[in-house]
Amino acid sequence: MPSTELFLAGTEDHDLRRLSEYREVGGYAALEKARAMEPQAVMGEITGATLRGRGGAGFPMGRKASLLAKNTGKPTYLVVNADESEPGAFKDRDVMGLTPHRLLEGCLITAHGIESTDVFIYIRGEYLHEYDVLVAALEEARTAALLGDVTIVIHRGAGAYICGEETGLLESLEGSRGQPRPRPPFPPVDGLYGAPTQINNVSTIALVPKILELGAGEFAKIGVPSAPGTAVFSLSGNVARPGNYERPLGTTLRELIYDLGGGVADGRELKAIIPGGSSVPVLTPDEIDTPMDYDSIQAAGSFFGSAAIMVIDDRVCMVQLALRAAQFYMHESCGKCTPCRVGTRWLVQLLTKIEVGEAERRDLDLLDDVCDKMLGKSLCALGDFAVYPVSSYLRKYRSEFEAHLGGAGCPLAGISPIEGIFAPVSQHAGHAEVAHVV
Amino acid sequence: MSTPFYNRVQKLRKQYPQSRSAVLPALRLAQEEHGGWLPSEALREVADALDETPAYVVSIASFYDMLNLEPVGRHLVEVCTNLSCALAGAQSVLDGFAGELGVRPGGTTEDGVVTLRAIECAGGCGHAPVVIVDGAYREPVQAKDVSAIVEELRAFD
Ligand SMILES: Cc1cc2nc3c(=O)[nH]c(=O)nc-3n(C[C@H](O)[C@H](O)[C@H](O)COP(=O)(O)O)c2cc1C
Ligand code: SF4
Repeated sequence: MPSTELFLAGTEDHDLRRLSEYREVGGYAALEKARAMEPQAVMGEITGATLRGRGGAGFPMGRKASLLAKNTGKPTYLVVNADESEPGAFKDRDVMGLTPHRLLEGCLITAHGIESTDVFIYIRGEYLHEYDVLVAALEEARTAALLGDVTIVIHRGAGAYICGEETGLLESLEGSRGQPRPRPPFPPVDGLYGAPTQINNVSTIALVPKILELGAGEFAKIGVPSAPGTAVFSLSGNVARPGNYERPLGTTLRELIYDLGGGVADGRELKAIIPGGSSVPVLTPDEIDTPMDYDSIQAAGSFFGSAAIMVIDDRVCMVQLALRAAQFYMHESCGKCTPCRVGTRWLVQLLTKIEVGEAERRDLDLLDDVCDKMLGKSLCALGDFAVYPVSSYLRKYRSEFEAHLGGAGCPLAGISPIEGIFAPVSQHAGHAEVAHVV
Repeated sequence: MSTPFYNRVQKLRKQYPQSRSAVLPALRLAQEEHGGWLPSEALREVADALDETPAYVVSIASFYDMLNLEPVGRHLVEVCTNLSCALAGAQSVLDGFAGELGVRPGGTTEDGVVTLRAIECAGGCGHAPVVIVDGAYREPVQAKDVSAIVEELRAFD
């Protein structure tokens, strides 16, 4: 279907992995234009376009760059976050795999804008194909003398979700375990190797060439005023036509799920929508007209996250869903903060107890209490990500949780498609006691 | 001590302002050269090549799911069981492999040919269920496709 404007433009009729074809659709003209401009003017365009980070938090890229420490005597680094590991997210994979040069061009323009000559792209270890595509594109760009004095190093992760958190990423890139750092100091002041560092998501950087090409004013006409541009929305779960769809920010969940995704698979009823990846609070079917942009989705009580929309149908048990999400965050907690390390285990234990029918009403109160004691009490947002699915499913689907209590067990036994799902955490000996699955 | 491995690690090291950054890439390289896992001599080679202690190198290797501190089969089958794959039937795919191979997730067949694993989200949610065979994504894989994949692995061995 991809009828698209910014990220994936040109992919319908060109193989944009090749430099020659990328040039046919105007590739690297924006770089030339940017290099003829003063760095401040380049950043002025990005700031003027209100380009908001596509990695999750939606922080304006230009404002982040304005925080970079000056005259430190150290180099300034640009780090691209290509660790994409949020369950449900697969947008950066296509951006890298289909339009690698757009990302590289974005890196080179940004490097010029922040006066950096050192770029690191941290790509999740599993993305072997995308890594190969990027390496080939980088080689082509180097041979064509497009890099100038900029060095781009593509650094591969090795399987750890927490390395997507920006300071965990920096630790990992420095050769330490990927455990997040206390902030402040923030990366623009004290980032990679203690030097000023600009960190952005793949999709944020990949939009930069289009901003230079169109100009901030034209770019800002796409999407919504508070968040211009498009996003690659990843549709998955019980949806008829899953996949990536690029659309302007502000497109409603209804348009995305029904017009593009073809609605709930097999003609079933919609039960829940997870709008931004498994870490964000759930929305109910009556919230389907919410526009997908940072502010609208936040007003609805959830987060834009990584634009990863999971569609949940009426057969799915919300306790099982919460348990499987909790198992993920327990597995991925780096262990540095007590509320996160211990709390994620409590969540898994309590949800298991509820699912098998051994819980009483007081266990639901305890679950609420554990969520309360975790929220906002850890170093990085993973401690909150572990809570949002559990606390929001519990709040919005409480009667379903209650139906499990007092020996009743799962009301959707034999029906729910994720019943008995095996979590990787069960493979680790040290976790075995909490990890048996329902 | 200029073994071919040592020399390749020095090339990796040059990419970074600080040599410690090369620990992860060097571990990946060592794992490739040691049949998919990191025996103690592999960890020592990495430590020596980067002037780190073996203890430091182990502390890094143990943090990452893709680095194996125990032997694995000659082929690795990884089945994603996170939410989107689970909703698309990942459990029947995992059960299919477990049955066909006669191992539990996390285990290796007695002949040492295949290790089966469940993994967290691989970023293929739009083509679920996702199975990664020796690093290459197969998406989607349904339970009915399992025996052909296992046959293929046995034939290639
Ligand atoms: C646990 C955790 C995981 C994250 N994973 C990613 C990720 O995989 N990719 C990403 O771009 N940002 C991720 N983030 C957000 C980053 O910390 C950071 O905000 C982002 O890379 C900034 O880029 P942006 O401003 O362009 O969005 C994660 C954050 C947390 C707390
Ligand atoms: S919140 Fe969790 S993942 Fe984040 S630093 Fe603390 S323990 Fe690690």
